[in-house]
Amino acid sequence: MAVLKMQRISICALKKDRKAILEKLQSLGVVEINHVIEEDEDFKKMDTAGQKAGFEKASTLAEQAIDILDKYVPEKKSMFASLEGKALIEREEEERIRNERRDLLKTAKQIGRLDKERSEQMAEITKLNNSIESLNPWISLDVPLTPAETDRTAVFFGTMPGGTDAETVYGILAEKAPDITGADVNIVSSEPGMVYLAVVCMKEDVQAAEDALRSAGFARPSQMWGDVPKFQKEELESEIADCRARIEQIENEVKDLSDQREKLKILADYYRVRADKYAVLGQIPQSERTFVISGYIPQCEAAHLSGYLTEKYDCMVDVEELQENEEAPVILKNNPFSASVEGVVESYGLPHKGELDPTTIMSFFYVFFFGMMLSDAAYGAIVAIVCAVLVKKFPRMSQGMKKSMKLFFYCGLSTLVWGILFGGYFGNIVDVVSEKFFGTTITVPALWFVPLNDPMKLLVFSLLFGVIHLFVGLGIKGYLCLKDGKVMDFFCDVVLWFMLLIGLILMLLPSDIFASIAQMNIVFPAWLNTGAKALAIAGAVGIVLMSGREKKNPALRLALGAYDLYNVSGWLSDVLSYSRLLALGLATGVIASVINQMGSMLPNNVIGVIAFVVIFIAGHTLNLAINLLGAYVHTNRLQFVEFFGKFYEGGGEPFNPFKENTKYADVKEETLS
Amino acid sequence: MNIAENLGIVYALLGAAVAVLFAGAGSAIGVGIAGQAAAGVVTEDPSKFAKVLIIQLLPGTQGLYGLLVGFITLSKIGILGGGALDVSVSSGLLILAACLPIGIVGLLSGIAQGKTAASSIGIVAKKPEQFGKAMLFPAMVETYAILALLISFLAVNGIQI
Repeated sequence: MAVLKMQRISICALKKDRKAILEKLQSLGVVEINHVIEEDEDFKKMDTAGQKAGFEKASTLAEQAIDILDKYVPEKKSMFASLEGKALIEREEEERIRNERRDLLKTAKQIGRLDKERSEQMAEITKLNNSIESLNPWISLDVPLTPAETDRTAVFFGTMPGGTDAETVYGILAEKAPDITGADVNIVSSEPGMVYLAVVCMKEDVQAAEDALRSAGFARPSQMWGDVPKFQKEELESEIADCRARIEQIENEVKDLSDQREKLKILADYYRVRADKYAVLGQIPQSERTFVISGYIPQCEAAHLSGYLTEKYDCMVDVEELQENEEAPVILKNNPFSASVEGVVESYGLPHKGELDPTTIMSFFYVFFFGMMLSDAAYGAIVAIVCAVLVKKFPRMSQGMKKSMKLFFYCGLSTLVWGILFGGYFGNIVDVVSEKFFGTTITVPALWFVPLNDPMKLLVFSLLFGVIHLFVGLGIKGYLCLKDGKVMDFFCDVVLWFMLLIGLILMLLPSDIFASIAQMNIVFPAWLNTGAKALAIAGAVGIVLMSGREKKNPALRLALGAYDLYNVSGWLSDVLSYSRLLALGLATGVIASVINQMGSMLPNNVIGVIAFVVIFIAGHTLNLAINLLGAYVHTNRLQFVEFFGKFYEGGGEPFNPFKENTKYADVKEETLS
Repeated sequence: MNIAENLGIVYALLGAAVAVLFAGAGSAIGVGIAGQAAAGVVTEDPSKFAKVLIIQLLPGTQGLYGLLVGFITLSKIGILGGGALDVSVSSGLLILAACLPIGIVGLLSGIAQGKTAASSIGIVAKKPEQFGKAMLFPAMVETYAILALLISFLAVNGIQI
């Protein structure tokens, strides 16, 4: 239960060791670079933006090549690919690939070029297809589709609006250009919206004839062809075939290159890591002979690193405590069980400076509440087994994923326990199956009680667990106040509230309302009843008087105090919120029973049994999925809203060390020696 | 069976219908609203499919709560077992009243939760790392459906026939 203590490490070393030291720091990944030294005339920062951009570009190039390869030759991925995590490669292999990086970059470029050429060929095919499309109406023409002349006559082509026939055209000619004689109009083809025609007339009449026709919507074709349309079309088709052949060829070439994929991945990582290194290099102040690196390091690593560096290089390593006002980056450190909840805490926000890491305390409540909401032994066993198998099967799973898997494993175990306590196994599957197929009803007895038979009892327990959870939260707040030496705050904001709330609870217990809810009568001795009243009143009066203690104005102070007392209603709603422990548990159980009931309604024969199995599998998968989601969301809510609301704000920055930030494969770590 | 003489069971069944009908409709609308937002995100970035699907599902629980109360009611009045019990008019009306909270709250909270879920999907679209927080907002709405479920359930459970 802790936030790792951070220190500031400053390394001042000779420039000749710069590369070695930077690479060491990067491969260890324990320092977050954070510079405090400003540039002056001695220490200047180097401009590495150019190199950095170059490496980034190389990395992008390799990644694009990988994407293209994935497009042409999709990698076979299992359903669980996202769980596999990054591959682990030997240092020698990485070195080998690094040595052939120029060739690999050329390959990456070639892959990019081939893909570009393929898209060009595709565009070309589209263009050719369009040409064929525009040629099709002229296909029956047996002369080239281009204006031509003999000694005395000329021919020209064009389109007219749909519905025009030869007679209309003659009519137009006669009307608009009566001087023309001997014009011959041939309809080549006609479509509903367009008529294609060839007009033969005397050479000197061409202009007049065309003008006349244009007034009725005539237009020349947009493209002329030097060949007879039929042959032209064949030519275009053979061009398309050529393009297709080229595309196939390109695809094969890319396929042949796909064995380079793994190497390209490592190459992309290599350049990414180098780009990061140059980014850091650009930040460090350097004098003529020396350079300075400064940053945060966890205390547990500091001695180790400084020892190693001073031994191996000529350098000064200075490890110091952080300044009072400095906000250190945060790493959480917890026992293996609680560490699995770290992801949940992170999603809310890491502890702020001076705050307690709530992970350990929260982890027990988290698993406890999760199990109570799902509360079905069989579901719990399934969840636990699936998570355990996945963690075993994919040892390289990313850290965050592994934590979640472990969390669900523990939650599954908790669900199993609660399921046994409440007697839920796939709802009431044992009852249903034994009654339907064996004729006698066998009920697995609940170790504790069956919530459906006694919901009020579970409601009371849910609220009790809630009160405990909330009191622990308020207790932590008190602990933090004491730790910071704020005794006044501790007394006013924590002790008074405890007095008021405990007093109120003790007053409620012997009352009729509680008796009717819990179906049991609690009788306290008279002194306790009086004591409870006294405690509650003292707490309430204290809160009214003390909550506004920062205000000088007594009226304002009392008003603020009275307003703070109103928070009792907030406590009431917080406690009632824990009734979801009951409601979600019931939902799982009852819907599981609905599924079982549906399955058992069918006749008791072969088809009935098959249908039963199908309904059983589909129904329970669905129910498990939706209730798992519900339990997860609502457990988070209880922690985030009710529990954290009492003492925790979050908002710390995560520790973001300078490390080999790879995407595809990690290189086997060499050990510090 | 003369309806007029057996109005009790009619009221009780009406109660089950109200619970399932309104809560289910609320969830359907809610999941629908969230689904539209989810589909929009997936067109831009298919890799967010799993995350937005989870948020889309959140308003779906009201329907389940309605189903739960409906089921409890049916088994209470014996319709599930095949032999309907003799329910008096007053018990029938009591059951109908008991079913109202989850029906009405389920309908309204399902719609409201759907809208919140749609906005949360917007968070996931822009800041996928804030998924944990995005999921919390729709869950806040659901609290009230859970409270209604509890009252409906406890009331139906407590009515003696």
